[in-house]
Amino acid sequence: MVDAALLQTLTPEVIGVLGRRGADFAAAEDAVQDALVEAVRVWPDDPPRDPKGWLVTVAWRKFLDATRADTSRRNRELRVDAEPVPEQGDAVDDTLQLYFLCAHPSLTPASAVALTLRAVGGLTTKQIAQAYLVPEATMAQRISRAKRTVSGVRFTQPGDVGTVLRVLYLVFNEGYSGHVDLAAEAIRLTRQLAARIRHEEVSGLLALMLLHHARRAARTGPDGQLIPLAEQDRGQWDTGLIAEGVDVLQAALARDRLGEFQAQAAIAALHADAQTAEETDWVQIVEWYDELVRLTDSPVARLNRAVAVGEADGARAGLAALSELDPTLPRYTAVSAYLHERDGAPATAARLYTEAARSAPSVAERDHLTLQAARLNTRLRG
Amino acid sequence: MAKYLLLKHYRGAPAAVNDVPMDKWTPEEITAHMKYMQDFADRLETTGEFVDGQALSPEGTFVRYDGEGRPPVTDGPFAETKDLIAGWMVIDVDSYERAVELAGELSAAPGADGKPIHEWLELRPFLVAPPTISE
Repeated sequence: MVDAALLQTLTPEVIGVLGRRGADFAAAEDAVQDALVEAVRVWPDDPPRDPKGWLVTVAWRKFLDATRADTSRRNRELRVDAEPVPEQGDAVDDTLQLYFLCAHPSLTPASAVALTLRAVGGLTTKQIAQAYLVPEATMAQRISRAKRTVSGVRFTQPGDVGTVLRVLYLVFNEGYSGHVDLAAEAIRLTRQLAARIRHEEVSGLLALMLLHHARRAARTGPDGQLIPLAEQDRGQWDTGLIAEGVDVLQAALARDRLGEFQAQAAIAALHADAQTAEETDWVQIVEWYDELVRLTDSPVARLNRAVAVGEADGARAGLAALSELDPTLPRYTAVSAYLHERDGAPATAARLYTEAARSAPSVAERDHLTLQAARLNTRLRG
Repeated sequence: MAKYLLLKHYRGAPAAVNDVPMDKWTPEEITAHMKYMQDFADRLETTGEFVDGQALSPEGTFVRYDGEGRPPVTDGPFAETKDLIAGWMVIDVDSYERAVELAGELSAAPGADGKPIHEWLELRPFLVAPPTISE
């Protein structure tokens, strides 16, 4: 068997080596993908003693072959010497530069995600296509367009950590669609990033991911139905991941440079800290939502804050907070239904749950909301 | 990214602007129409937005369960069915605005006299997996 995890880890490093030898990013990335395919074919029978050296040698040869073919097609002289130019800098920085390049602001979010998974994550185009449920040819085109978009970007240009974090957040939030565990992949990439750069929000995002991933087994029932936080079997939460997430978060918060991911992670940590739903410290959670609203001014944060206010100060207070928000917000009606039920208005709540189900963005949420409406309607009839 | 279904109706959509039935077109007009559809799908593949495209026969059968140990009951086709799907295209795009833009382009496929049909296409968003982070 080929160690797929090793291949994935080496991918950005080998791209970096080729980059330092003078290959542009697109050509280096293609050459390394070709080398990965060959590794999967050759390694089971003939495992290399130095996997990275093997990959560098093969990828460099692929790069030269492609450049020669390309050059002769255009009927020009060879521009690249067969002998590599001396390498400069160290491999760690290369990987970091790749994160920045693949999340370059000129890319659309979908392109940045695809490029990151391939060049930094070392996934194949086929795996990425399967994860996002599109044909492989479509994903191949999306990636090659993305590479053309960043072709003018110098590899050494410093990037923006914020854009990288948004890409990793998107990958994590996509979850698990069957073929590739994108949540686990996002955690791996965020860990790898955190090991390379000291940044509070990188730690914040890593903590957020770990704390949510810890609850994964408890989030869905046997038939894939959503189980809300309050009803989850907390015994199924992964205490190891929670402990790690809390440690990472505390170290970040201690540096006193708060950001949105740290604030979100703090909310997740407060939930993780409660032995039962009743023990949840909603007052502190509301305070963290206040921070989050201040940091992001996000309508989604305001909506979640209204839920938290409803728990901390009663449903009436939650409804008052909700009334200040735009009713066309996604999930507004679902929140309104929940708060109305808590406020002792089951008929209104049932009607709102039905309405919310009609506009639910996912099958699991739609089914969950329909179930709530059915539960209340059955009780109202009985 | 979000996936959308572009639904083309034989019947059930409001009338197109250039509303001449296909059997009244010239063979060249039909060929031009088919080519437009194919080029559109090819172009969407190069932009990384194509997922699927299929055409359906207008004649179908209704089928239902008829109880334990009995074969399913079939019925139809019903000539009077109000809504009849002709085919679909599935796209994966960055925004609703982009989906509308593409549906508009597809609706401009040439028909009789080589002029755009301006047919109505139905645009339906896919239900997706719930996000991992919800609170």
